[in-house]
Amino acid sequence: MRKSERDIAESSRLITRRVLMLGAIQAAVVSALGLKLRSMQLEHADEYRMLSDGNSIKIRLLPPARGLVLDRNGTIIAGNEQNYRVTLTREEAGDISAVIARLRHIIAMSDRQAAEILEEIRKRSAVTPVLVADRLSWDEFSSIALNAPALPGVTPEAGLSRSYPRAGDFAHVLGYVGPVSDYDLSKIEDPDPVLRLPEFQLGKVGMEAKLEEALRGKAGSRRVEVNSAGREMRELSRQEGQQGATVQTTLDAGLQNFATQRLGNESAAAVVLDVTTGDIVAISSSPVFDPNKFVRGISGPDYRALMEHDHRPLADKTVQGVYPPGSTFKMVTLLAGLESGVIDSGSRFYCPGYTTVAGRRFHCWSRGGHGMVDAMGSLEHSCDVYYYELAQRVGIDRIAAMARKLGIGVRHDLPMSAIAEGIAPDRDWKRARYDQEWQVGDSLNASIGQGYVLASPLQLAVMTARLATGRAVAPRLVRAIDGQAEPVPDWPALDIAPLHLHAARAGMDAVMNSSRGTARRSRITLPEWRMAGKTGTSQVRNITAAERARGVISNEQLPWNRRDHALFVCFAPYEMPRYAVSVVVEHGGGGGAVAAPIARDILLYALADGLPPLSAYPEAERAKVQEIWSRMNLMPSARKGEARARA
Amino acid sequence: MSYLDYQVAQVPTGWRKILHLNWPLVFLVTAVSSIGFLMLYSVSGGDIDRWAGPQMERFAVGMAVMLALAFVPIWFWRSISVVSYVICVALLVLVEVVGDVGMGAQRWLVLGPIRIQPSELTKVAFVLTLAAYYDWLPVDKVSRPFWVLVPVVLILLPTGLVLMQPDLGTSIMLVAGGGIVMFAAGVSLWYFAAVIAIAVAAVTTVLESRGTDWQLLHDYQFRRIDTFLDPGSDPLGAGYNIAQAQIALGSGGWSGRGFMQGTQSRLNFLPEKHTDFIFTSLAEEFGFVGAGSLLVLYVLILGFCMYSALTNRDRFASLLTIGIAGTFFLYFSINMATVMGMLPAKGSPLPLVSYGGTSLMILLMGFGIVQSAHVHRPRG
Repeated sequence: MRKSERDIAESSRLITRRVLMLGAIQAAVVSALGLKLRSMQLEHADEYRMLSDGNSIKIRLLPPARGLVLDRNGTIIAGNEQNYRVTLTREEAGDISAVIARLRHIIAMSDRQAAEILEEIRKRSAVTPVLVADRLSWDEFSSIALNAPALPGVTPEAGLSRSYPRAGDFAHVLGYVGPVSDYDLSKIEDPDPVLRLPEFQLGKVGMEAKLEEALRGKAGSRRVEVNSAGREMRELSRQEGQQGATVQTTLDAGLQNFATQRLGNESAAAVVLDVTTGDIVAISSSPVFDPNKFVRGISGPDYRALMEHDHRPLADKTVQGVYPPGSTFKMVTLLAGLESGVIDSGSRFYCPGYTTVAGRRFHCWSRGGHGMVDAMGSLEHSCDVYYYELAQRVGIDRIAAMARKLGIGVRHDLPMSAIAEGIAPDRDWKRARYDQEWQVGDSLNASIGQGYVLASPLQLAVMTARLATGRAVAPRLVRAIDGQAEPVPDWPALDIAPLHLHAARAGMDAVMNSSRGTARRSRITLPEWRMAGKTGTSQVRNITAAERARGVISNEQLPWNRRDHALFVCFAPYEMPRYAVSVVVEHGGGGGAVAAPIARDILLYALADGLPPLSAYPEAERAKVQEIWSRMNLMPSARKGEARARA
Repeated sequence: MSYLDYQVAQVPTGWRKILHLNWPLVFLVTAVSSIGFLMLYSVSGGDIDRWAGPQMERFAVGMAVMLALAFVPIWFWRSISVVSYVICVALLVLVEVVGDVGMGAQRWLVLGPIRIQPSELTKVAFVLTLAAYYDWLPVDKVSRPFWVLVPVVLILLPTGLVLMQPDLGTSIMLVAGGGIVMFAAGVSLWYFAAVIAIAVAAVTTVLESRGTDWQLLHDYQFRRIDTFLDPGSDPLGAGYNIAQAQIALGSGGWSGRGFMQGTQSRLNFLPEKHTDFIFTSLAEEFGFVGAGSLLVLYVLILGFCMYSALTNRDRFASLLTIGIAGTFFLYFSINMATVMGMLPAKGSPLPLVSYGGTSLMILLMGFGIVQSAHVHRPRG
């Protein structure tokens, strides 16, 4: 059947009409597409470009290297070490169990650790690197890098981590760093974003915390391109950060090491001041702990052991610990008396072994009494009754004022944690504290550094330095920051008559060097290093009249924590004072027997800048000193000469 | 109908047919496909073996098939139209029973080494059938209700089967493609108005059915509608793809970020960057110049086909060309509208550009038939 021409013509017309209509519809649709394309690509291109860059460009922070802390000679006492670690990314690893099994040929890993890591990797997103091992040795690290082809997804990384090469020596003064906690962040207003980096470390206590701003440095940044899964594809630009400031302390690593070792296992503190500058040359609290353990994340048992130790290794006894200064306080009372004009250095009091005030009997440590005692003798023999008499005449307010003038009951500002103010009690203080009136008995107790008086080892060292120089020396811990020396202030003279200061110093000299001095055994025999000092033995318990009648129980028979504190303060050379030392041995017993030899040894080490010649010691002491030295395990440190050569 | 119906004497024969091919169309198809190779190379990150190479091989085969089909006399297509329709419906039934599941829908049929999508094949086959039907039907009967109902059933049968896979996108394509042929054949505009009215009512009903016991669409289809209506509602979930596609597209600007410099596609922010979203990669890397050029090339292909249909006095050949060109138009406009956020995401390839064998082969076969219609058009 053939179609008619008419049919074909009509059909053609119909199709032509409909095709044109269709074409119009299609043209409309295409126009809409074109307009939309134009709107997106030409009119809103900038907005989309921004979104696109926001998608793919991320800014990653580069943690700055923490500033170094040096001792006065340039020895690093807080540095940074390479921390080699290994991370694993599931997406690249494929069969993670196989990869971990191979990894275990290189690094030691217990079955439990391996299981924990597998669990962690499965939990995290496929592209998140998970820490597999930390603090690897260089051998392990390089071996992993070498075997990279067999370990897909394993990335060896090198980062910096804080390290304390002198271990426990500076644990208390430096403190330590640790991971940033939410609590840390909550305390800081507008925290530096670098603190939010997972491996970042923040100063937690001590100088590390107090000088955090200076030590932290400035973060650098990297602009990186990431893919949709957040994985880095390439680095676009990099701006290096700025390392934290190098802090040079006034401390001497060698002396600090010696002092720490000399204190040994005692619960004790020692402070060495350079009396001319106020520099803290050594400040040691014992027992020590290893701050490196805190940086690495201390284990539960280790931490419990530190917390439960009855010698409280975590406490910094040098500035946080406050003790009744005992007889080391007598110089304060004496100077208060001399300055007020109540007595002069020739005034004498009679000591029958006790005195009775307001119906209460106050005993001298010497039951038989010292007879007639003058200012020098009162220190030489540490006669308590002399001070009981003096206190009643001077009054507590003048004693307290003198204590503060000499640095006790005053907070010394140092970049260390929880610095105690101590107590130099007076009438107002007692009223405010206990809402009670001051009693004359309180004055008697305070005059010999008992009762309410409390001082830290640092304050005792400051007191000694001020006595030795007659200047208001204040302690310093920072010598220079980034090579910029902290100027040593020209310490003003104390408002104390030189004659009176001389009387106190002469008394301290007699303690060491007179034939009947209480610390004669611990004297220095080299004349150019002649030493002056004062013993102190402070009670931590009340001795009842009944006990006194029976005979005071000796320290050796008491439990450790009921024994007396042993204290000693000293300076040398007597003629031209250079160093002041204070030593407190908690529950150590007698100050002369226990604390004085330690203080003397530390002082000699400071004077000799190393182990002193044996000739500095009295003959009777030399064998014992050698024996002590042989037990020590001293760390090498930069000698002053070397440091100068390096600078 | 027989071979004799054609004015054979004026139709070229043998190798001389090659001179009468619609050559501009051949070049345009090659040009668009070449843009595809370029983009497939780019989105693979410069790995030619990944997508661009295989696609070029398929294109070579497809081109050969297209030219071969161009030589096939037009009457052949009419005579096999009914058979091909029956085969397609049978395949659609078969895929429903044994088909492979890909992307949550049964679409693939594996016959030995060949994996085919019967729904793609149907797009061409039922255009043939409808063209043949209107060629056979006298023009004055075209708008009679009974003769309108017959093609509607012809359209709805495969559409229903595709919808069961379930593949809403292809179903809509089939209905629209069939509608274009019926429209071109001259069915009264009132029917189309009625269908549009019914469609609007049906869409309303479907949306209303959500959350009820008689819910008519899958949850994922509803979510796509939500995402379309408010892409910001779920920027990390269903809206993520569209949001990222728009970012890629918009960030291209006038001249684009440069070949292989598109961060959105290279860094995997773009989903399906080698298939459904390849247009966004092109727009990102070559900007408005590149994307607009592709649109112009598509319009030119469409224009040459429509012109060929207009000038072809053979009703079957004309309707056939309009149907295939219309399907091609639906293909690219739906894909572009989708990635530009004008339509809900429904997963359709960009014709001749997206990676994928079946789609490319079917399109080239379709253009082969269009060429055949062009070569064998009545002369004089």
